Amino acid sequence: MATKPRQYKEGSFFEVFRYKDLLVQLVKRDIKLKYRRSFLGYVWSILNPLLIMIIMAIVFSFLFRREIALFPIYLLAGRSMFEFINTAVSKALGAITDNTSLLKKTYVSKFMFPLAKITSSMVDFVFSMGALVVVMIVFSIAEGRVLFSFWNFGIFIVVIEAYIFAMGLGFLMAQLHVFFRDIRYIYNAFSTMVLYCSAIFYDVGMFLEKAKEQVAAGSAPLALYLANFIEYCNPFYIYIKQFRFFIWAPTLDTVPQWAVVTPIDFLLGFGYAILMFIIGVFFFRRSQDKFILYI
Amino acid sequence: MANTEKDNASQYIVDVDNVTVRFNKANQKVDNLKEYFVRLVRRQLMFQEFIALKDVNLKIKKGEAWAIIGTNGSGKSTLLKVISRILKPYKGSVKVNGSIASLIELGAGIDPRLTARENIYLNGCILGHTKQYIDERFDAIVEFSELEDFLDSPVQNFSSGMKSRLGFSVATMMEPDVLIVDEVLSVGDVLFRKKCINRMNEMLSHGTTLLFVSHNMTTVKSMCNKAIWLNKGEVVMQGDIDDVCDEYTTTIEAKKAKEKAEKLKKQRALDAEAKAIAKKRATEKKQ
Repeated sequence: MATKPRQYKEGSFFEVFRYKDLLVQLVKRDIKLKYRRSFLGYVWSILNPLLIMIIMAIVFSFLFRREIALFPIYLLAGRSMFEFINTAVSKALGAITDNTSLLKKTYVSKFMFPLAKITSSMVDFVFSMGALVVVMIVFSIAEGRVLFSFWNFGIFIVVIEAYIFAMGLGFLMAQLHVFFRDIRYIYNAFSTMVLYCSAIFYDVGMFLEKAKEQVAAGSAPLALYLANFIEYCNPFYIYIKQFRFFIWAPTLDTVPQWAVVTPIDFLLGFGYAILMFIIGVFFFRRSQDKFILYI
Repeated sequence: MANTEKDNASQYIVDVDNVTVRFNKANQKVDNLKEYFVRLVRRQLMFQEFIALKDVNLKIKKGEAWAIIGTNGSGKSTLLKVISRILKPYKGSVKVNGSIASLIELGAGIDPRLTARENIYLNGCILGHTKQYIDERFDAIVEFSELEDFLDSPVQNFSSGMKSRLGFSVATMMEPDVLIVDEVLSVGDVLFRKKCINRMNEMLSHGTTLLFVSHNMTTVKSMCNKAIWLNKGEVVMQGDIDDVCDEYTTTIEAKKAKEKAEKLKKQRALDAEAKAIAKKRATEKKQ
């Protein structure tokens, strides 16, 4: 007899629970294909962020007057968080169009494909945390004190927030990509913009200092507006800030005011994640029956 | 009549009720934003309606074997796609009380980069089964597909026959309530084809419902007991296999004979023309 799983409404997001074993298989496939037949295998996923971090750390420590304590950790933490969301979304974007042959021949919950890409990006992200561990060990030795702390476990909350947010944005982009193939280029431009607006290689404190200067000079505190915009309107930064709070901030003796995470930040983080998720699922559900005509 | 049919709705395993499928065929495919806006401004976004199926009714009881026949482009594949939930009908409804495995194309969902073993799990999961359910049937699938020695090599090294064996084994060993087969048996060697037909007959005797598309009337007649004949999206006839097949064959043959006669006529006209030209040239040469 065939198994009779619990019935979920066709086309609803909750149908993914029916296909949970498929999710495991799809994620396994992505991970296996990434590391199979690659000489350095897992080492690559650590080496790549490490090399980029080293280059950026050298360049930016010359560029800015103000010094950020333990800059390599600050930089790597921020960049890995940004890369997680960014790769998750850009992989999810092509998830429907890459599985054309499958969707044309059998019925399967279409949410599965973007979801699998986002989940495998999360697994990759967890793997790449190895780079952060390496850097923290190196600096622990250099500074002569242990930089790891109990606070580090807080990153799980941030990863959940970012995962939900990436799902929402990923679903939205995946369904748009079916109808408009040039959305990929628009997304790439958008993500570069976000990269520069997310305080990855600078810090928001710089804006706040500039704002003080502007107020003292009697002009409008434009830098403050910019800082507020980054802090409250850019979900990418909200997750980066929280992530740093659990990784980078515990290594400092005094945490600067702009790096302290308050409950409002968590509220904003979850708020943006859930809002994005609802928007993404809504548009995806509305257009999924038309996919077959465009792929 | 309509009332009694509604009352008995639950006894059908597949209930296709007054289904119309309509496509909006764009005159030119617009698949990027730039072009979309250019055309929007120029008011060039035009669509052509195309009715692929028109008011199709098909009630299938459990354990029946239906053949879907018709010429190319008559809507057979569209009907199968509607039943397997790939396409949504524009009007009407489709109800299926059970699990479906569609063999619309063998090897759909087979990832060439993965090994046979991994593909069996991936494909089983795509058909909506759990890992445990596949575990239980894994050995049977491998045995039927005769791929014991190649389980851990990537499918991209397989021949097309091996790939279709894998696809067929996964789909049929999952014991679906409804099996949809769309002309996939033309691939593979004779032995495996016979094995497939035996497997399908075995499934039929276990109560699986079969939907079968083929141009081969002998196979159709040996496998199915009912048939539906489609032409340009409309049902021409449905009922017992022998009646429908005979009617279909006579019509097709009549049509073929007519076409042949017309062709012959055209050929004769051309021959006559050729003769006239030759004659003309001959007279010109003489002068």
